[in-house]
Amino acid sequence: MKTLPKIALISLLGISLAAGAAVLKTDPAKSTVTATFKQMNVPIDAKFKQFSASIDYDAAKPDASKASVEINIASFDLGDPEYNKEVTKKEWFNAAQFPKASFVSTSIKSAGAGKLTVMGKLTIKGKTADISFPLSVKSEGGKQIFDGALPIKRLAYNIGEGEWKDTSMVADEVVIKFHVIAQ
Amino acid sequence: MQRYTKTAIALHWLIALLIIAAFLLGLTMVDIPGFTPTKLKYFSWHKWLGVTVLGLAAIRLLWRLRNAPPPALASIPHWQQLTAEGVHHLLYLLMFAVPVSGYLYSYAAGVPVVYLGLFQMPAIIDPNPELKPLLKTVHYVLTMSMAGVVVAHALAALKHHFFERDDTLKRMLP
Repeated sequence: MKTLPKIALISLLGISLAAGAAVLKTDPAKSTVTATFKQMNVPIDAKFKQFSASIDYDAAKPDASKASVEINIASFDLGDPEYNKEVTKKEWFNAAQFPKASFVSTSIKSAGAGKLTVMGKLTIKGKTADISFPLSVKSEGGKQIFDGALPIKRLAYNIGEGEWKDTSMVADEVVIKFHVIAQ
Repeated sequence: MQRYTKTAIALHWLIALLIIAAFLLGLTMVDIPGFTPTKLKYFSWHKWLGVTVLGLAAIRLLWRLRNAPPPALASIPHWQQLTAEGVHHLLYLLMFAVPVSGYLYSYAAGVPVVYLGLFQMPAIIDPNPELKPLLKTVHYVLTMSMAGVVVAHALAALKHHFFERDDTLKRMLP
């Protein structure tokens, strides 16, 4: 008789998950996560080639949305294999010790038509900070397209230690751009 | 002695110095292993020098088209005069081709050129991973060809000065 409540609980959970589930399936081939920064005033775009995004979004109830993104740090692509290897080193991302960066939302609020304000925790190189950024969403051919730009300070996450702390060489401000297509 | 004009002399030596500086900086920066602030700084400076050479080369060419240089000394054999003229044309060509190939290489690599850290130069081509190694080779081969032609040009001038003891070099000296 002990198993019956368990089954009931599981099925209840299953139902509640199904009812609340608007977890969208992201299309990794079309989605991008890009970091844009300035090196001696030269704008550089670099992509994180591997990441997974999970977005739980219902246009009817935007405030109930949830989002999380996990990024494989070693997939950072500056367009040059030698430089890609350099930035995984200790003074930059320290990918050996911190292979993943992540973002987990704590609250998402509607900020007008097609606009959301996302708050959450961003973790890079083992450092977690509370951040918030605007995210836009639009529907296109049954797909949802999310676009967001999140400005961060690289030094707050110890990215670029030692001589690389010099912000005249690499600016402190880095903008992380999300472009996620999900269904 | 019919000297080159002050403008011609100034442009000649200024561009020569900038080209030598860009060349030496280029050789130095690519030999720095890994990824250091110095290396990135040298890359930026190298590009600034390249853009400066390109701008001055354009001014020099426009000026040269309107102002004929003094004719070669009558004492110089005809074939040498023709060779010198050919070398001069080649140097004009390379003065454009070397910086342009470097400029294109930078853009193919996805790195815009920001002159003096202030002015972003127009992107003629989009980032292109296939074109990037090709342009790298083109930039290198053109640079080394230019180094060879510059050495020949300088040796010829010195030969006139010290062996023929004529005015060829003197008329270009500041």
